[in-house]
Amino acid sequence: MKYAHEFRDPVLAQGLLGQIREAVARTSATVSQPLNIMEVCGGHTHAIFRYGLHEMVPGEIEFIHGPGCPVCVLPMGRVDDCIEIAEHPQVIFTTFGDAMRVPGTKKSMLQAKAEGADIRLVYSPLDALAIARSNPDREVVFFALGFETTMPSTALTVLQAVKEGIRNFSLFCNHITVPQPIKALLDDPDMRLDGFIGPGHVSMVVGTRPYDFIARDYGKPIVVSGFEPIDLLQSVLMVVTQIAEGRAEVENQYGRIVPRDGNRQALAAIDAVFEPREKFEWRGLGEIDASGVKMRPAFAAWDAEQKFDVGYGKRREVADPLDARCGDVLKGQIKPIACPLFGSICNPETPVGALMVSSEGACAAYHQYVGARAREAQAV
Amino acid sequence: MCLGVPGQIVEIVDPELLIAVADVAGVRRKVNITCIVNDEHKADDCIGDWVLIHVGFAMARIDEAEAAKTLKVLTTMGELQAELMAMQNSAEAP
Amino acid sequence: MPFRRSGRLKAKTITLAHGGGGKAMRDLIDDVFIAAFDNPAMGEMEDQARLDVGDLIAGGGRLAFTTDSFVVDPLVFPGGDIGKLSVWGTVNDLAVGGARPLWLSAAFIIEEGVEVEFLRTIAISMRTAADAAGVAIVTGDTKVVERGSADKLFITTAGIGVIPPGLDLSARHIRPGDRVLVNASLGEHGAAILAARGEIELEMAVTSDCRPLNGLIDLLLAAAPATRAMRDATRGGIAAVLNEMAVAAGVGVVLEEAALPMRTDVGGFCEILGLDPLYLANEGVLVAFVPEEQADRAVAAMRGHPFGEAAAIIGSVTAARPGVVSMNTMFGGSRIVDMLIGEQLPRIC
Repeated sequence: MKYAHEFRDPVLAQGLLGQIREAVARTSATVSQPLNIMEVCGGHTHAIFRYGLHEMVPGEIEFIHGPGCPVCVLPMGRVDDCIEIAEHPQVIFTTFGDAMRVPGTKKSMLQAKAEGADIRLVYSPLDALAIARSNPDREVVFFALGFETTMPSTALTVLQAVKEGIRNFSLFCNHITVPQPIKALLDDPDMRLDGFIGPGHVSMVVGTRPYDFIARDYGKPIVVSGFEPIDLLQSVLMVVTQIAEGRAEVENQYGRIVPRDGNRQALAAIDAVFEPREKFEWRGLGEIDASGVKMRPAFAAWDAEQKFDVGYGKRREVADPLDARCGDVLKGQIKPIACPLFGSICNPETPVGALMVSSEGACAAYHQYVGARAREAQAV
Repeated sequence: MCLGVPGQIVEIVDPELLIAVADVAGVRRKVNITCIVNDEHKADDCIGDWVLIHVGFAMARIDEAEAAKTLKVLTTMGELQAELMAMQNSAEAP
Repeated sequence: MPFRRSGRLKAKTITLAHGGGGKAMRDLIDDVFIAAFDNPAMGEMEDQARLDVGDLIAGGGRLAFTTDSFVVDPLVFPGGDIGKLSVWGTVNDLAVGGARPLWLSAAFIIEEGVEVEFLRTIAISMRTAADAAGVAIVTGDTKVVERGSADKLFITTAGIGVIPPGLDLSARHIRPGDRVLVNASLGEHGAAILAARGEIELEMAVTSDCRPLNGLIDLLLAAAPATRAMRDATRGGIAAVLNEMAVAAGVGVVLEEAALPMRTDVGGFCEILGLDPLYLANEGVLVAFVPEEQADRAVAAMRGHPFGEAAAIIGSVTAARPGVVSMNTMFGGSRIVDMLIGEQLPRIC
């Protein structure tokens, strides 16, 4: 696969690892006081575990898994909202596969589907619109989940629906943004972070300027990275090199895809359809200012929050079980294995928190790639 | 929110609605090309483009020169490292 | 010569009457199933098939017996249908135990409203599949259920085969140092089924890999008689089977990602949907554990068979980390290949 396999070449990895070792030696990091580098994006977390990068980098580098997993930060109340909408008999509820297994207060969407709700998995919001087109007597709702990467797709789909006059289609908008939770983490006195690996595909849409504040106001380096293992290793090298040289800059490792100013058409579509929310709720992180978007009033007829009177702010939010440490794992303060529920009460078969469900959640990645059984063996 | 795959635009299906067909290692899927079309690069100009595909949308054209540049830097790094290790091994050999 | 009535079934669609035990059911059985399956072992159509086994198990041979139910959706997909699957799935379950598959039963649960012509094509498909595998369908059953009580058609097959004296394939025999082999490229059935369901709107040339493996297994065992164990990798992919066998044998298994045979388009399919090919279903892939000194011969023998052209050694057995399957990634790192809970769903994150 062109533009993928070349960036998985193990020979190139050896070169990078050699350079990383040299660069680390020029910092003051040790194995007991490593450099804490946060990969913000869940897709990066997944790649790190899939390729075993956490074991390949020297012990002086610790990956802190950030909250950039839109499924992981989905409050249980949102899942309840989805099921409430889906249980209307005339509704066809469409969603990405990622959200199907997240437990709500009583059940997940997969369970609701088994009980008879018409919930369908789609790969693209355009496919949801196609379902609306071919089922004019049904009300099709699309669960618009995800960061800025996915906002242009849902926005363009709504614009297409408007253009064609398709009225039986709406978005349940739960899009969130990346810069605000990063700021919240940087403001948190308990967090000690030395650098960031920035989300490659969010940046494909928004460019690299939104991260300027991280270097400028907080003095931390951030390198926007691609998703192949070579991309990630090169980004690690660039972060460590900045630290070694005492620099704090926004750098772009993913130059083949990410433009400094983002994608004009994508940003225009987002701006046409969405506007910022004052606040938004993040599971485990609480409420974060300006961290979500909602649909503009002009699109009320395609806004499921209006049509079904559900969503953030409409009902009392549901708290997580007391023992679960989802929030601490999301913030990178602890590793999944430190949560008392990990592997026992909370496992992929009976997940308690969304981090165990989402394929890029730190807990799921640990369980799948590092292996709960292997960890048990090590713990003994 | 990150799963994006490189693919090549092979056909324009609807230049008005900006729908094309992309090929990913022999798998084909209709994609919306709004984000990669502009006044200098119209729908038909997209045929043959390598793009990043996310949820049925071509989100960005892959800058092939930039990709080649990155790989060249890394290849040189890899070769240097291999030489270094060979030198170390021969230095350690009795 | 037993009296066979056929050509009496006039109905175009199955109704509850066809499961009622009366004439309608008799006509259905005669006209659709017996007409397709008819063979000498079917005998006189008593409540049971009567089979001579004496010679077959003389000298210590053992009977092998297995059953499986088939509920695949869609019923017809690129490369196969539920009928073929139901025959070859059971044939393969016998063959991976070293058994020569002989006789199958076939039980049908049919939802009212299914077209008779459709049932006919499935029955004929099963007969063709049975002939290709050298087995006979000798007994069966039909039931019809109300609309909504079954998803059009469910088939359960059971199979009997004979294991020659002295052959004892079992996970217990697996030892550190053994090699792990597969006969063909991975995930084709799973990918074909997902694409055929249509929700994902992906077009590709991949068809299901469903096929009978008994002929191939004969070649494998002839070339590598010290083969320890084999399993048919179906739902859950090779990951499921490898985990089961590693636990049963109390050994570790280490795979080499670079050695896994896979079509580029199945790879592309997985990349687009975020699926891991190790967990994709197969219907014509076996996993075999072979002592190191016979592994190359085993691969060569399989490659001489049309169903083994992509045969390869994909890993080895270790004493370290018993019960754990891990993989050396093509990138130079290592990851665990754990059992998946539930079904893999396409993702966008």
